[in-house]
Amino acid sequence: MSAARPAAVTVHDAHKWYGAHQVLAGIELTVQPGQVTVIIGPSGSGKSTLLRAVNHLEKLDIGHVTVNGEPIGVRHHRGRLKEISERAILAQRRGIGFVFQGFHLFPHLTVLENVAAAPAAAKRKSRAEAAELARTLLGRVGLADKVDAYPRQLSGGQQQRVAIARALALEPGVILFDEPTSALDPELVGEVLSVIKDLATGGTTLIVVTHEIGFAREIADTVVFLDGGRIVEQGPPDRVLDRPEHPRTREFLSKVL
Amino acid sequence: MSEPPRPATPPGAPDTAATTTATATATAAAIVTAADGDGLRKAAAPRSQRVIPLRHPWRWVLTAVALVVVAQLAHGLVTNPFFQWDRFHYWFLRPVILDGLLVTLEVAAWSALFGLLGGIVLALCRLSRSPVLRWVSWIYIWLFRSVPLIVVLLFLFNFSALYATLSLGVPFGPGFVHFDESRLATDMVVAVVGLSLNEAAYAAEVVRAGVLSVDQGQHEAAAALGLPRGYQFTRIVLPQALRAIVPSYVNQLIGLIKSTSLVFYVSLLDLFGKVESMASTYPGDVVPLLLVATVWYVILTSVVSVVQFYVERYYSRGALRTVPPTPLQRLRAAVRDLRARAEIGPAA
Repeated sequence: MSAARPAAVTVHDAHKWYGAHQVLAGIELTVQPGQVTVIIGPSGSGKSTLLRAVNHLEKLDIGHVTVNGEPIGVRHHRGRLKEISERAILAQRRGIGFVFQGFHLFPHLTVLENVAAAPAAAKRKSRAEAAELARTLLGRVGLADKVDAYPRQLSGGQQQRVAIARALALEPGVILFDEPTSALDPELVGEVLSVIKDLATGGTTLIVVTHEIGFAREIADTVVFLDGGRIVEQGPPDRVLDRPEHPRTREFLSKVL
Repeated sequence: MSEPPRPATPPGAPDTAATTTATATATAAAIVTAADGDGLRKAAAPRSQRVIPLRHPWRWVLTAVALVVVAQLAHGLVTNPFFQWDRFHYWFLRPVILDGLLVTLEVAAWSALFGLLGGIVLALCRLSRSPVLRWVSWIYIWLFRSVPLIVVLLFLFNFSALYATLSLGVPFGPGFVHFDESRLATDMVVAVVGLSLNEAAYAAEVVRAGVLSVDQGQHEAAAALGLPRGYQFTRIVLPQALRAIVPSYVNQLIGLIKSTSLVFYVSLLDLFGKVESMASTYPGDVVPLLLVATVWYVILTSVVSVVQFYVERYYSRGALRTVPPTPLQRLRAAVRDLRARAEIGPAA
């Protein structure tokens, strides 16, 4: 359904400070098109900041991110990086899906309107086409019967699935998930993970920040372990999760597994 | 094991069952069955009974007292000759009063509209990332909240004496379009401009508070979807902000309707102005004339309050799982409830 080709994502030398505190300390990361990358690490390790930097919700102080080779939120100008206009950044974000931990659905719009908003407003699709796309996507996440409900009438798991459909409506080359199941009751985690798994097998490029180690093992092509704003270790899940080389990774995994 | 739904077993029973399970499963099963039987017998014993709601006898006493006080006040209002109800009746729908009412409505409506639009612009400036806009907006709000409305009105009234003509053109340079102020600034224009300038300062703070009440996640989600800036504000942020804006702005609006009575001092004869001028012509009718003005102002604010209820209900879509019933729906429900009770008869 997502018509866009899966995108490649790279992060070059990403540094970020909050005041005197350094959150990202030189991240280098390459994600091949269609690959699923799972980022794990203790809280405060910079996982979410890194993910939010990919669609420029968070500005980097040094370094930049590219999606399909195009720098996001900045441009090269005479050998320097310059921030681009907000309008241009908004246009770039229309190729990047983002799913929040707290869903952030628009509460005053129905489920259908939530999903159809972006294609109708930004991509200049006709209302009918946008609604049609929204219906298809909602069917895909198993919520075809909820199109006229308001978000607060849904369970957390259903809301997160709507949020995923809303991200898919951009027909993005890459989808970013920021702890998509952390705000959910344990019994609702499964339904969201299975939707993400479908996307993973469908060949969309995914970057997922999560604490679900079992899920990471199941879907990830690459697991990245972040600590103190640095990538400590990365590789296929059976290596990073089962035979970690770095003592810090071992310590973290022994706590969460 | 398929258990029938049962009420809580006596406190001792489950514990015994649990400990026994640890030692011997076979006997445990027997005990559990025994406990089940016990529970079932207990549940069956009392017939299902309706719960009688808590009675509030003091509420009835208080209601009676309140009714007596209200009746006394109403009686005094009607029978006291001081109020001259016949004169009230004479004045209430006089064309001269209705003319004034129309002026009041006109001034209030235009000022409410321009005030709100100005307020939205000022609020957006105060929330903008440009420090210049933030400062300009802050100074405007500071100034117009500091100066009494009557002073603003009188200033504007004398404005044409200060600046005889207004021109549009190059700043400090030649002007292209000239307006003769004495013709442009009718009493109505002076009144609307004065009230709007004042209203905008207050509306700006109301709108700003509303926008700030919208969760940061909503801004982020709108930004992450790449929604255009204008769309983000008009379709995502403002509709949610309005839920907080409407009650405060209606408060503002009611204040505005009443402050229109000040335009009398810039020689515009609104409802209050007409009442005042009639009262000076017919000094004996001062009290009934003031009553006429009072009743009309009460009617205006009541209409606004009813509109407020429905507007608030509209903007609570999605914020509440079920929207509150309208008074009419509530009345119908109450009647239905009474009927049902009458059919059942007194609680068993």
